[in-house]
Amino acid sequence: MALPPYMTTSERVSYYGVRVFVGAVLLFLIAPILAIMPLSFNSEAFFSYPMPGFSARWYTGGDDGFFTNARWTGALKLSVIVAIAATILATCLGTLAALGLSRSNIPGRAAIMAVLISPMIVPVIISAIGLFFFYAYTGLNGTLLGIILAHTALATPFVVITVTATLMSFDRTLMRAGASLGGAPHTVFFKVVLPLILPGVISGALFAFVTSFDEVIVILFIGGPEQRTLPRQMFSGIRELISPTITAAASVLIVFSTFLLVTVELLRRRSERLRGIKS
Amino acid sequence: MTDDVMRAADGTPLKIKLRQAERREVTRAFLLIAPLFLFIVISFLIPIVVMLKNALYDPDIVDNLPQTTELLRQWDGKALPSEEVFAAFAADLKIASKARTVALVGKRLNYEIPTLKSKVTITARKLDSIETGPWLEAVTAADPIWKDVFTWAVVKRAGSSITPYYLLSALDLRQDADGGIERTPENRRIYLQVLGRTLGISVMVTLFTLILGYPVAFMLATLPQRTASILMIFVLLPFWTSLLVRTTAWTILLQDGGVVAQFLHITGITWIANVLGLMSGEPQLFKTRFATVLAMTHIQLPFTLLPIYSVMKTISPTYMRAAKSLGATPFRAFRTVYVPQTLPGVAAGCLLTFILCLGYFITPALVGGGSDNMIAGFIDTAMNNEGNWGKASALGFVLLIATLILYYVYNRLIGIDKMKLG
Amino acid sequence: MKKLSILFAAALLAGTAFATSARAGDELTVVSWGGSYSESQRKAFYEPYNAAGNKVTEAEYNGEVAKIKAMVEAKAITWDVIDADTATGLQGCAEGVLETIDWDKLGLDRSKFIGGDLLDCAVPNIVYGTIFGYDTTKLPEGPTTINDFFDLAKFPGKRGIFKNPTVNLEWALIADGVDAKDVYTMLSTPEGVDRAFKKLDTIKSEIIFWEAGAQAPQLLADGQVVMVSAWNGRLQTAIDADKKPFKIVWDHQGLDWDWWVITKGTPKLEEAYRFIAFASQPERMADQTNYIAYGPANKDAIPNVNPMTLPNLPTAPDNLKTAFNVDPQFWADHGDELKERFNAWLAK
Repeated sequence: MALPPYMTTSERVSYYGVRVFVGAVLLFLIAPILAIMPLSFNSEAFFSYPMPGFSARWYTGGDDGFFTNARWTGALKLSVIVAIAATILATCLGTLAALGLSRSNIPGRAAIMAVLISPMIVPVIISAIGLFFFYAYTGLNGTLLGIILAHTALATPFVVITVTATLMSFDRTLMRAGASLGGAPHTVFFKVVLPLILPGVISGALFAFVTSFDEVIVILFIGGPEQRTLPRQMFSGIRELISPTITAAASVLIVFSTFLLVTVELLRRRSERLRGIKS
Repeated sequence: MTDDVMRAADGTPLKIKLRQAERREVTRAFLLIAPLFLFIVISFLIPIVVMLKNALYDPDIVDNLPQTTELLRQWDGKALPSEEVFAAFAADLKIASKARTVALVGKRLNYEIPTLKSKVTITARKLDSIETGPWLEAVTAADPIWKDVFTWAVVKRAGSSITPYYLLSALDLRQDADGGIERTPENRRIYLQVLGRTLGISVMVTLFTLILGYPVAFMLATLPQRTASILMIFVLLPFWTSLLVRTTAWTILLQDGGVVAQFLHITGITWIANVLGLMSGEPQLFKTRFATVLAMTHIQLPFTLLPIYSVMKTISPTYMRAAKSLGATPFRAFRTVYVPQTLPGVAAGCLLTFILCLGYFITPALVGGGSDNMIAGFIDTAMNNEGNWGKASALGFVLLIATLILYYVYNRLIGIDKMKLG
Repeated sequence: MKKLSILFAAALLAGTAFATSARAGDELTVVSWGGSYSESQRKAFYEPYNAAGNKVTEAEYNGEVAKIKAMVEAKAITWDVIDADTATGLQGCAEGVLETIDWDKLGLDRSKFIGGDLLDCAVPNIVYGTIFGYDTTKLPEGPTTINDFFDLAKFPGKRGIFKNPTVNLEWALIADGVDAKDVYTMLSTPEGVDRAFKKLDTIKSEIIFWEAGAQAPQLLADGQVVMVSAWNGRLQTAIDADKKPFKIVWDHQGLDWDWWVITKGTPKLEEAYRFIAFASQPERMADQTNYIAYGPANKDAIPNVNPMTLPNLPTAPDNLKTAFNVDPQFWADHGDELKERFNAWLAK
């Protein structure tokens, strides 16, 4: 890009200065995440460059391998089950609540909102201890249902926020149009409302999924011996003895989050297009 | 129809009809909200309130020494309690000993007078074989600590089920013999320092994320859409990557002789720092405050940056052009026209990051050193390793209050429902 | 809306179905400290026990005693048998969260166990030593006494220590010239505690803390420290299995026990007894020494121990010369206070 010829030297310096600075910051953001991925293909069990050779042993090498060690695959499976269940619950509950909240004339709206998003506000360590005691007395500690419910509670605020944001720009006359054309309320919902807010709902669901999939503190408190989710397995791994299998696990998760990022971005664009917002 | 009120087809005034419709609407809205609302209140908020109650409520002494605490209420605290109190104490201990709750008594008293844990147990054991009084003699013979008026003052104080002890000790305070409040001895003061450190690290991280994030947000908001979209990936990918993964990455990269150390070596930064006398030899990064702040800054940067970016997107470039055409230098136009307009975004991003920083636990524990543990780490230790639920709750109380105050500010300034994700 | 609520109900039902399947059958959950220690137990106890038609699920913890208490109060026991340290065995018994051991039911001779009569609610499992070790490639003329650990002039470099006052305070006093047998009398006085912390102050700038047992050999292997305190078995495993050039200094090792304890009110009481009886047999305990160098608590196990391993056990006569016993009573009384002070000290 050519600079306008009338710029002074100091302007030019600051122009390039800012660019170099921004480039450095962007590099700082992405480099640690990218640097760890090649290390997961190291043939030796250490963490510096240059690497003596490439190997897939931290992925498929029997006990060393992320996909071949029963502890890691078990953890992955459990995490996926919990995250899916929590996502379904959180998305249903959160979407319903957001639909309710979107009617403008609700008394005490701010207070209700504060309650609904409180799981996001309260520091997780406090939530973890509160849930630990509560679950201890209801016998939910160490059960799958307990973990799913806890993750649901932690994840709903994200659904509520994203769906509410989508509904804010939603044109309510469309609902009335649907109703006046003879649609029953649930027909109107499924035929008119849902398709329009669906991108928001799915983004919220993905946020909920990630929240559950990444959660490590609550599980340390309420998880029973059999409940080793992926983050918990990683956490005890880092704390005790860093094996390169952890870098493999981290790389798998990074690929996964890249996939989520792309999905959410595409959805966001689709939603903006649907609602006629030019980006 | 003689009045001129507007009516619906069935004859009811339209005003009433409208109100009814509105009420139905509101009821329906509440029914939609209710499942989640109840779920959050019952399975999340009530448990937390119940947990925080432990910070003030500790019935271990009154439950296990009921007669003693009852009698001690009348005791003036000046001289040793009467024979009657000692008799009640002996009787209580005998019952507690059978019920295996003596240790609870000892544990609670031990917080205030170390050694009482075993002394209570030993006293109970000795009293088990004594059937008749005089109890004052029997008890003080079991251990001379019972001759000390201060011991009884502590028993009396701990005997009320509502106790300020835990909250006070979370602020490095304690009650003296007369019930006045004093600071804990210097070598046991810790929590104010931890709180200060938590705030300090949070301020530092917030500042760094602002310094690094502001120019990036500016670039992203002003570059052509296509370029900005590509650069945005650099911000969003870390944002979507698990906190644990990012912490893992830093744990590995910061090892001695690890990738960061290699980077510093190759770029000559290590050499320069050595020449300047800032350090000697290769850097020690892992398990330091520097590592904690670095990793936290990296993790929080998108949280500060994104709200600033979304505010900047709404600022029309015409203001800047107007300022320049009126003769302002670009820098002056930027400072006096552009920056003030971005302040809401700056406030939103910084507050969000600051609040999230207060609760950090995993990252300081994994990449930080012994003196980088933040308040959440101490809550975990008190809870899990010391089994001191009162202390854990009291520290949690302090952390929660700090967080809620900041959220209140956030809500007043920005509004919680305007919080944006992604 | 109807469809949504049906979906919701289905999700809840599915959740409940998971929950009920979470803890099925007659599996016994045994909780231990992880890393190479858990591995030795897996090979010596769990695998042969499971091979005989039983089902042990293993789990890890880091000494979170609060969980035991909460389980007992809620009557929802998920940990049946726990490998506990002495403080937990003592305090848990006094608070009534552990079962009192019926030695007749175990079918074991209590007098055959080192320290067998110390605790009512626990069966001695291993005797371990807190020692320190160094990397012989970094320090060829290595340290030989605990004084060397505190001598920065003679041996410069970082030291790794356990993030806990236990043994560290004892060592500080011994290195400061206090006789090992007077250590606990000394530590019971404020002056003694001050003196211990003053000694620790002298190396504070060079200290790195570890929290989980497996971290200690890791710190040494990574070159983060030149010396590290550790539980002897962890370091020995690094030497034997991972061929690390480490050397253990046995001078003034602090001896302590690990114990099997049973959570009070567990529905698996019978299985718990059966498992502990199995794991306490001389052959099993001797077999464990093949995987980790801790002293078997059952004296009958010694003749079965591989003669090559014997000199590496903390209970070997050569290693016992200057050893001291970590005093459980002292730490029960002063643990809270000293941990608090230790935390305050390390945070400064």
